[in-house]
Amino acid sequence: MTFSAELETRFEKLLKSYPAGRERAAMIPMLMYAQDEIGSITDELVEEVARRVGVTSLQVHEVVSYYSMLHRKPMGKYHVQICTNISCLLWDADKLWEQATKKLGIGHKEVTADGQISLEEVECVGACSWAPAIQVNYDFHHFVTPEKLDQLLDSLGKKQ
Amino acid sequence: MLYNEPSPLETRILSRRFGLPNSAALDTYLATDGYQAFRKAVGMKPEDIVNEVKISNLRGRGGAGFPTGMKWSFVPRTSPKPKYIVVNADESEPGTCKDRLLIEYDPHQLIEGCLIAGLAVDAHKGWIYIRGEYRYLIEIMDKAIGEAYQKGWLGKNIQGTGVDFDLYTHTGAGAYECGEESALLESLEGKRGVPRIRPPFPAVVGAFQCPTILNNVESICAVPPIILNGGQAFADLGVPKAGGTKLTCLTGHVNKPGVYELRLGFPVMQMINEVGGGMRNGKKLKAFIPGGSSCPLLTAAECEGATMDYDSMAARKSMLGSGGVVVMDEDTCMVKAALRIMRFYAHESCGWCIPCREGTTWLRKVLIRFHEGGGTREDIDLLGDVAKNMLGRTFCPLGDAAALPTISIVEKFREEFEDHLNGRPCPFEHAREAVLV
Repeated sequence: MTFSAELETRFEKLLKSYPAGRERAAMIPMLMYAQDEIGSITDELVEEVARRVGVTSLQVHEVVSYYSMLHRKPMGKYHVQICTNISCLLWDADKLWEQATKKLGIGHKEVTADGQISLEEVECVGACSWAPAIQVNYDFHHFVTPEKLDQLLDSLGKKQ
Repeated sequence: MLYNEPSPLETRILSRRFGLPNSAALDTYLATDGYQAFRKAVGMKPEDIVNEVKISNLRGRGGAGFPTGMKWSFVPRTSPKPKYIVVNADESEPGTCKDRLLIEYDPHQLIEGCLIAGLAVDAHKGWIYIRGEYRYLIEIMDKAIGEAYQKGWLGKNIQGTGVDFDLYTHTGAGAYECGEESALLESLEGKRGVPRIRPPFPAVVGAFQCPTILNNVESICAVPPIILNGGQAFADLGVPKAGGTKLTCLTGHVNKPGVYELRLGFPVMQMINEVGGGMRNGKKLKAFIPGGSSCPLLTAAECEGATMDYDSMAARKSMLGSGGVVVMDEDTCMVKAALRIMRFYAHESCGWCIPCREGTTWLRKVLIRFHEGGGTREDIDLLGDVAKNMLGRTFCPLGDAAALPTISIVEKFREEFEDHLNGRPCPFEHAREAVLV
C-alpha cells in the first residue's frame, strides 16, 4: 500500500517514538492518520498496519472494533458530529440533532447520497463550557444555534 | 482569542499566560519565567522535588484526587528498568474542557512539568496521550515539542545540564475508558482500552511494564509553579488538605459558562452567581454536578454552604471530580438527565467487567422506559438496586461512575420518577414544547 510522502514520514517518526520492540504502540496513531488520508479503515490498511508494527491482522481488527473514531466504512466528506451529552443537552443539543437529521434525511452514522455529509450523534467532545458544540471533521463549532446549524449544513453541502 | 471572558474572581496560576499574544510560543514562555522551574529543579535532589510536590498538597486533577507527591514517591527510582512519564490528556469526562485550554494556550508549561517529573523519578522519556477528537491540540503540542527540541529544551543534554528527555504525543481514537489510567496504558501500547488489575499500580508497573508517573494535564502543569514559588505558596492558595487552584468548567444553565481558575474552597453559590453570572433566564437552581457526570448530584439546598474542594464535597457524599461543573435549572427533567448520563456510560463501558457492561445497559433500558412514560413504581427501586449492585465490582471506576449519579438522582428526585409513571408523558418536555411553539 502506498501513502503520501508526508504520511510515510509521520509513520517513520511514530515507529521510533516507542521503546525498541514495542512498535505495536504505533498502531492506533497509524490507523488514525491513515484513515484521514484514505477515508476509512479498509482490510488492506489493516493488513498493512499489521505488517508494519509486527502483529497479525486479527490483532489490528480487534483494536479497530474498540475505538469509536475508527470507521470501517467511509463517512461523508464532511463528518458532522453533534454532541448531545449532558452539558450540550442542557443547551438543547437534542433539538439540533433532530434538526440535522430532518434537514439531511439521514440518521446516525449515515451519509448523504452525494457522499458530501455524514452525521453522528457523539458523546462529550470536550467543549462543555461553550455548548452546544459540533465537530465537523476535526473542527470545533461552539455556541451552535438552530440558525447557525442551518447555515453550516447549507455551506457544507456546497463546499468543495 | 479566549473562549470566554476571564472573571475578576479568578486566581490565575496555571492559566496566567492564557490570552497573551502567541502564548503557545517558546519565546513568550521564556519571557514569562518559562523553564526557570526546570533550572531550579536541576539543582535539587530528586527526593526534594517529590517533597515539594507533597508540601504543595496537590491532588490529582483528573478526577480521583489522589495526592500527586505521594503517587510520585511510589516510583522505584533506583529500579534498573527505564522510568516513564505519561500525561493523561484524554479529557472526556462529560462537563470537562480545561486540559484543552492548558495545551492550547500554554503547551510549554506542560513540557516543563514533564521535565521536572522526569528529574524526580529519573525518567528520560514521556508521552502525552491526547484524545483523538483534540487533533488540533496534537498539532499545537507537536509544534511546541518541535520548538523545544530545536532550542535545546528537549533531547540530549538539555541546556548543558546533562539531562536527557524525549517527549512525544500519542493520539487516542475515541474511547472514554482510555481516560482511566490502566486502560490508557493498554491503549498507549496499541491494544483495546480495557483496564488492568491493580496492584501493581502504574508507579511500579506502568507503560511497557516499566515504572511510570501517570498524571492528568492539569496536575503536571501545576508542577512548574510549585517548584518555582515553593510548595507552601501553592498549598496556601487552597484549603488545609488540598492546595492550589482548580480549573473549573462552568457548564449548563448559567449566564456566563466558561473555564475559570478558582482557589480550592471557592463557595459554590458564589461561583454560580458571581463567576457564572447567575442562573440563565433568572430560573431557580435545581441540581448541581461538582466535577463531571460521574459525581453524585447535589440538590440546590445541598449547594448552600458547600465549597469547591474535596472535603466539602465528600461531606455531601459527592466528589470534586474533574472540575466539570454542570448546573441544572428548575425546568430540567431529572429522568431525562439520568437517562442521558446512563446512555453515555452504556456506550463507553468497555465490556470487560460484567456488572458494568450489563448494569449500564439495563439501567439505560429502564430509564428509556421511564422517560417514554412506561415506568412502573417497582422500576424506581429497581434502578437503585441495579446501580448499587455495580458498586465496587469492577476493575476500574467506570462502573461506580455510572452507578453513583443514578443512585443520587433516584434518591434525591424520586418524585420526578413518580411523575413519569403509568404512561404519563414527561411533564418538563410538555412545558418545553409549549415554550418552543
